[in-house]
Amino acid sequence: MGSSSTLPVAEAIATTPAENRPIVDIRTLSLIFKAADKPVTALDGIDLRINSGDFVSLIGPSGCGKTTLLRVIADLEQPTSGDITVNGLTPEAARLKRAYGYVFQAPALYPWRTVERNVTLPLEIIGLDKTERQRRSAQQLALVGLAGFEKKFPWQLSGGMQQRVSIARALAFEPDLLLMDEPFGALDEITRDHLNSQLSRLWRTTGKTCVFVTHSISEAVFLSTRIVVMSPRPGRILDVIDCDLPRERSLEMRESQRFQDIAARVRHGLAEGHSYDE
Amino acid sequence: MTAFLKARMPVLAVGISILLLWYGGAIWLNAPQAIEGFARAGRAWGAMDLVHQTFAMKRPVLPTPDQVLSDLIDSLFHYPPTSIRNLLYHAGVTAEATLLGFLMGVAFGALLAVGIVHLKTLDSSLMPWVIISQTIPILAIAPMVVVIFGNLGFTGLLPKAVISMYLCFFPITIGLVKGLRSTDPLALDLMRTYSASVSQTFWLLRLPTSLPYLFTSIKVSIAISLIGAIVAELPTGGTAGLGARLLSGSYYGQTVQIWSALVMSALLSLTLVGLAGLAERLIVGRGGRKGA
Repeated sequence: MGSSSTLPVAEAIATTPAENRPIVDIRTLSLIFKAADKPVTALDGIDLRINSGDFVSLIGPSGCGKTTLLRVIADLEQPTSGDITVNGLTPEAARLKRAYGYVFQAPALYPWRTVERNVTLPLEIIGLDKTERQRRSAQQLALVGLAGFEKKFPWQLSGGMQQRVSIARALAFEPDLLLMDEPFGALDEITRDHLNSQLSRLWRTTGKTCVFVTHSISEAVFLSTRIVVMSPRPGRILDVIDCDLPRERSLEMRESQRFQDIAARVRHGLAEGHSYDE
Repeated sequence: MTAFLKARMPVLAVGISILLLWYGGAIWLNAPQAIEGFARAGRAWGAMDLVHQTFAMKRPVLPTPDQVLSDLIDSLFHYPPTSIRNLLYHAGVTAEATLLGFLMGVAFGALLAVGIVHLKTLDSSLMPWVIISQTIPILAIAPMVVVIFGNLGFTGLLPKAVISMYLCFFPITIGLVKGLRSTDPLALDLMRTYSASVSQTFWLLRLPTSLPYLFTSIKVSIAISLIGAIVAELPTGGTAGLGARLLSGSYYGQTVQIWSALVMSALLSLTLVGLAGLAERLIVGRGGRKGA
């Protein structure tokens, strides 16, 4: 990583918090995968509303369906039953309108494209002209602290930098909703802390709605306004915890009593839902 | 310089061994004919006479490398390139059919691959036929293609290119199908989140991913394409082309001519594969990939 870059965005553009308009509205949603031997219930009776400006973390052990839920919101998986709207539309209509940016577990950068051309990829697809593409790419790369890396190829960057490029790419067509699937899961803890505070600032300054999948408790508490605790087999929501820390987060805040209390509640929730019978 | 020699030593050693075996083989294979010649001339001969004689036959069973080389040089430098006695002229004729056949093969092979990857019905209906097509010996197909095209009024270049295409589309189809399917599922999901169209996904993701596979196929294909063109020149009974040169050489027992045509076609093949490799480095290796 090396660079201890800060985000050059004026703090003044911080938007007012939640206007309580539901961006994602999920009611009694279930998803059953038809596996070869027996069907697997990945999601069972999910009810969840995510409001504008929320930062919602989905947390739970492997196989609890948190990634599947995120993929349902993104129209990458189809639910078996139940209702879901994204921006008031079906997930498919929302996807076709490019309502969200998606960040995957791996950076999924195209190795034959430079950093800049990776960020402009979605802009090429929606048909923006070259000057506008480059302007937006420069803007988003600056936002994730990677100004000056435009002409590098992905393999010349560290894992953390690659993942920041993929965040810049997700932000490139300026979606209001950002879906992130364990984006920092493969990174070391120090890099992860650094990217968490960058992401928190980015969320606060841009006023985007974020849905974030993780299995790190402290990451979830640090970033979120609400934490959704899930349990596996079948994937269910056990608890939804309000995380009423100040919107402006600092890494030091993790030592505070409030932070510890919320983390403890998440931990209890996870322990409750975790079956050790295997 | 010593490092250079050290690195090249194994190759040189094998090369020298081949040359020694070749000269030895020439003595062994040409000796009966040479001895007969001495007997007919009624003159006495020693071991050195025999060696000299076997290396300097007019129609040897196995010509020596220097005979082949001097025939090659004689043909290349003592006649204008447009002359029928210049091997470059023949190489040019064959290269023309090779390249046309190769381009047709790439176009046809790529078309099949794109269809097979995008349409499930084509995958199950076409793929077996693509494989069966390659089980038929080209030597059996070539004369028929020539006859059929001849009846339709096409002679010369086109039938040769078609035979060449028949051979070389196969590696392109197989390689490109594999390449187009090797796309990272995550990258495909990404295209889906952008609501990219099928053609955008193809041009922006699938094709760039498949390029390394495609170029591997191209290098195999272009060499096969040359074989196709040479084979096609045998039944056409043409007077031009490396295949025709090989054929006439064998008709008239001109073994040296056969061997120099053979060396010429190897050189042509090397050049074509080299050009394909160069194109690969220019297109795939534009700084995007580390090493690989």
